Amino acid sequence: MQLRYTGGKAEKEPLQVFNETMRELFEEDKRVVYLDADLMGSLKTAQLWKDYPKNVFNTGIQEANMIGVAAGMYLNGLKPYVHSFSPFASRRVFDQVFLSIGYAKKSIRIIGSDAGIMATNNGGTHMSFEDVAMMRTIPDACVIDASDPVMFGELLKLTKDRPGVTYIRTARRDLKDIYVPDEKFEIGKGKILREGSDVSLIASGIMVATCLEAAEKLAQIGINARVVDIITIKPIDKELVIDCAKTTNAIVVCENANVIGGLGSAVCDITAESCPVCVEKIGINDKYGCVGNEQFLREKYGLTVESIVEKAKKLIEKREAK
Amino acid sequence: MLSSKKTLEKNALTIRYGIMKAISSNRGGHIGGSMDLADMLSVVYTDFIRVNPENPRDENRDFMIFSKGHAGPALYSALCFKGFFPPERLENLNKPNSLLPGHCDRNKVPGVDATTGSLGQGLSIACGAAHAAKIKGTDQRVYCVIGDGEAAEGQIWEAAQYAAHYELDNLIAFLDWNNKQIDGTVDEVMKLGDPVKKFEAFGWNAQLVTGTDVIGIQKAINSAVTCHSKKPVMIVLKTVKGQGAKCIMEMPNNHCIALTDELKEKVMSELDEQAEKLEMEVV
Repeated sequence: MQLRYTGGKAEKEPLQVFNETMRELFEEDKRVVYLDADLMGSLKTAQLWKDYPKNVFNTGIQEANMIGVAAGMYLNGLKPYVHSFSPFASRRVFDQVFLSIGYAKKSIRIIGSDAGIMATNNGGTHMSFEDVAMMRTIPDACVIDASDPVMFGELLKLTKDRPGVTYIRTARRDLKDIYVPDEKFEIGKGKILREGSDVSLIASGIMVATCLEAAEKLAQIGINARVVDIITIKPIDKELVIDCAKTTNAIVVCENANVIGGLGSAVCDITAESCPVCVEKIGINDKYGCVGNEQFLREKYGLTVESIVEKAKKLIEKREAK
Repeated sequence: MLSSKKTLEKNALTIRYGIMKAISSNRGGHIGGSMDLADMLSVVYTDFIRVNPENPRDENRDFMIFSKGHAGPALYSALCFKGFFPPERLENLNKPNSLLPGHCDRNKVPGVDATTGSLGQGLSIACGAAHAAKIKGTDQRVYCVIGDGEAAEGQIWEAAQYAAHYELDNLIAFLDWNNKQIDGTVDEVMKLGDPVKKFEAFGWNAQLVTGTDVIGIQKAINSAVTCHSKKPVMIVLKTVKGQGAKCIMEMPNNHCIALTDELKEKVMSELDEQAEKLEMEVV
């Protein structure tokens, strides 16, 4: 497939894509609403608020109420998108999301920004590593970790009428460009970004670009890595995971979230049941967050190209030794 | 045209019979906080709420959000009275694979608008539905019932602030002020203070009405629906938990109780007495 990954800065930041996409959605469907809990300043949506007074509403700093209001708006025919920083859009409102939306069979799209280490200088209080695991446990939920601005925008559109809970976590800034602007996506369908037969690197969110870089490094030492963007962590592309297991017989899973209950766990559930192979998980090893810039945090938690290369090499050695 | 006191009292009694039918079929349940809402429900479902039993999800309907989800039997009985389903269904309360779960469930019971039970969430849902009506430009109204113990939940006050901020005068909420909760009186467990003053301070039109005074409730709702004050409306119902059956009212703990044959008979004979006074035929 055609990619536009260069490793450089993205043409558009996710927050810009959010603004443009919501504008498109408001124009196309007047029932779309966007609620924010006093973080429009962070998502740069203040102008959107002014331009679309019948679609954009601020709830103030009351995330729990925001989810309930969205539930009520859905009841009365609207299609809510809500935003807060990812810990406040998941952990803080879990019961409201679980019951007032999920169990009650309504429809919502929750955008959790500054996912994982991308909360950087806001530090541990604002750093969600557990959100993926929590949201995965909601029946029929869709859990997405945006890897690229194009993907983020397309999935915002794609889930407009999706029933149930849709949780999209993303960085606000500093995603790398991976996909060409007219790339098409499907819920539950992962993408092979690079072919390889020695090891599969299955990733989500910011770790997809890191895996593409790691695959380059691995190629230099004669290891051909397949790189997969899982697109939706739930529903997960089971077929593709099994295909990775069968084709490469070794998988490294990479995510910007706690390894407990995240993408790595989801992949292991599939391989353990359907095609046992050696799996290594790269992610946050059951730690709390802390303050730092992206580079510092990547090194601290091992979310680096070097760490992927190391794990992939060891995994292949382990497989060969068997 | 608004109904007479006698009609409203008769309908309240019909709703109490329905509550008994449901709760006794399961030999117990949340009787106290269900019985004390019968008078308000009679007024709302006789004179005000615009719903269509033939099309429970009519997109132009008014909404009834029971934030105190454990009072499901009261709402179910009112819906049965309104014709959403036949009385036999009331006997299905909490039976295996039930189509009538004790806590309000919008996906199981026709006419129920919100799935509730985890307290504190319903007033937010009511705000959302009321706000959506404003956004769409419809004249839909949203009714909501919260408990006094439930008002200890912080989310209630988030929603109270929201409703006032967005001037949701199409939202009419009731607070069931019976001063009792699971672990004791509200005063003992977590003081509520004066809910009328509190909601007024939050920017609502609030007033106190005796929970059995059907004409007082009727007047309060009528003034809420006729005057567009740009303020949400809180009608605090001064109730007695178990209202309508002395033998339940007098029990120190009547939140969720077992209904023995003996107790059931006592309640039924009290209801029958009231029916006789109202010259009402009991089916």
